[in-house]
Amino acid sequence: MAESTETAVEEKKAALSDTVAVDTDGFGVSAISDEVVLEVKNLQTHFTTRWGTVKAVDGVSYNVRRGETLGIVGESGSGKSVTALSLMRLVPSPPGHIVGGEVILNGRNLLDLSEGEMTAVRGGEISIILQDPMQALNPVFNIQNQVGEAIKIHQGLKGQALWEKVVDSLRKVRIPAPEIRAKDYPHQLSGGMRQRVVGAIGISSAPSVIIADEPTTSLDVTIQAAYLRLLRQIQQEEGVAIVFITHDFGIVAKMCDRVAVMYAGRIVELADVRTIFNEPMHEYTKALIGSVPKLEEKTGRLPQIEGQPPLLYNLPPGDSFAPRSQLEFTPEEAERRPPLVEIKTDHWVQLSRSSVAEYDKYAHLMPAE
Amino acid sequence: MTTTVEKSTTGRGTVPSAPGINPGADAIISIRNLRKWYRVGGGFLGFGKKIYLKAVDDVSFDIERGKTFGLVGESGCGKTTTLKLLLGLEVPTAGTIYYEGEDVTTMSKAGRTEFRRSVQAVFQDPWSSLNPRMRVRAIVGEPLEIATTMTKKEISGRVSDLLNEVGLNPYQANLYPHEFSGGQRQRIGIARALALNPKVIALDEPVSALDVSIRAQIMNLLVDLQEQHGLAYLLVAHNLATVRYMCHDMAVMYLGVVQESGETEAIFNNPMHIYTNALISAALPSHPDIQREEFLLPGEVVSPIDPPPGDVFMTRTPLEVDPNHRWANERPPLVEKEPGHWVVETPWSMAADAGLRVELKNLEGV
Repeated sequence: MAESTETAVEEKKAALSDTVAVDTDGFGVSAISDEVVLEVKNLQTHFTTRWGTVKAVDGVSYNVRRGETLGIVGESGSGKSVTALSLMRLVPSPPGHIVGGEVILNGRNLLDLSEGEMTAVRGGEISIILQDPMQALNPVFNIQNQVGEAIKIHQGLKGQALWEKVVDSLRKVRIPAPEIRAKDYPHQLSGGMRQRVVGAIGISSAPSVIIADEPTTSLDVTIQAAYLRLLRQIQQEEGVAIVFITHDFGIVAKMCDRVAVMYAGRIVELADVRTIFNEPMHEYTKALIGSVPKLEEKTGRLPQIEGQPPLLYNLPPGDSFAPRSQLEFTPEEAERRPPLVEIKTDHWVQLSRSSVAEYDKYAHLMPAE
Repeated sequence: MTTTVEKSTTGRGTVPSAPGINPGADAIISIRNLRKWYRVGGGFLGFGKKIYLKAVDDVSFDIERGKTFGLVGESGCGKTTTLKLLLGLEVPTAGTIYYEGEDVTTMSKAGRTEFRRSVQAVFQDPWSSLNPRMRVRAIVGEPLEIATTMTKKEISGRVSDLLNEVGLNPYQANLYPHEFSGGQRQRIGIARALALNPKVIALDEPVSALDVSIRAQIMNLLVDLQEQHGLAYLLVAHNLATVRYMCHDMAVMYLGVVQESGETEAIFNNPMHIYTNALISAALPSHPDIQREEFLLPGEVVSPIDPPPGDVFMTRTPLEVDPNHRWANERPPLVEKEPGHWVVETPWSMAADAGLRVELKNLEGV
């Protein structure tokens, strides 16, 4: 009896699969190649303010491979968004300056390019999807114009060829009836559709890297789920690398292959997503993951991180997480700037007695001062 | 500082029961058949069909003493309008709000004053909800100045106590809001809400604008204050994990109508409505190895302007809708499917009928 109802339900489900997208394992396995498309080396972006120099990005290094999603997680003021803007060379200057480091995209250092050369790269080889689609789109131009602009600049298409490419880009982001929607203005679209249009602009020139800066923060949960799925599908189709900037560990769990956790302008931990969730080393990573309530079960009292995120113009000289750490350490031990150390293969931690409980186990890996 | 009048809690005889209400509940706030319709057009000199935006349409629930009631749904579902109706920031088109069993619209003047003091609010954005030109002392002390006969000195002492209670330093009373971080500002907002010893606090997305590391601090503070003062909360949130952590009871709203309601754990353990399951399946996992079956409803949220006369969900269901069915033409009621768990049941609304049940599994050993 029970079996027959089960088969009936299965049949119904199969019949429904046309109307409802049923995805049993979330996402397919992503095809990551070993080819590094983007390499960031010791990037430093500073802002000159009246309170002093703010080291928004203070020596950040990572690489991203083709087809991979790297999550950059942090709170406001951690430097995650400035990192993204620095890659695009879009940091407002003044007050911001990229004072050091390298951003190597497909073998070229973007920081050495002229502004003209950079314009060709921006939106071409590397593109960005911003948080608020209403601000990213111009309200007085229709969708065709805005998607077409990027294609015209980067691919030099005109007329019918341009129109076809616009429709094709809109189709790629699953906008229904793209020929009709292309004539619409941004205000005629829903929030989810607008964000898809921004995505269409982002992928229209087949970039190697897409930077997604909290693209779903302003969307409802069901629209967010659809959008994240779409990004992953596009990634599989195009083999593009995604740098996903977020504050939400749920998005990290769902989307990312590797994760860099940022705190006060530096990466404190960088590893494969499962390593980050299963064996976080840095106290900050541990606390962040632990302090999020779970949907899957009713949890007891949440562990909380004491204190506030630090003020960037007034950072402690050494380990910037030390003032919030619950570990035992002497003030001298927190004074040295902790180096990012590879404690296991592909697991990097900013190592210090003040922020890593298992410091003694890895102390021999510390470089000499 | 005794502004509250002790009242018997047996005044419930006047509150009518309604679908979705647990009759044994010790309700401090009862909301019955609440409606908020905004007229958006149509009709002329009393002729023609008037068109309404039905933000809240026939919503009933109880907030129990000392417990948290959660309202969830997507933007435009009417959850924030419901909260504003409770606070008196909007006037209901129809329906009644009962406080301690008494209809607030027909209360005596003294009763109304007490109701207003007893129901306070904490808002989402601590950057825009505090007056930047007032010192913390004035912000937190303002309700005391207006609603009590306390002297300046007494108010000052009370403000210090309140700041202590929410984890701020009393010496910070002389600072301005811009001198605080987001989490601290939200603490100021909470201190202000607590000033008049309320019994109910409406929380409108109280943590969603805060940094991740601060959210747990504020949620724990709210839970502690609830235990110490026996506060009842109405929590409006879109994050299901927050709702599961904070709420004892909850209601899922879609287009101004409650689709499923009951005890929070009953709903998460056995979500029955297709919409509830869709929301849960879209929520983000807490670990990369948790792979939830994910399904997306056809279409997008439709406009609440001039919604269908029958089940509002029928335009989103993946199942076939019989246009001649009773519930396609008449609003279906909430039905109690298991004790304390209510759902709008139509031939096209039940997840079990569609084979779309989401199981919330946690990882073993994690």
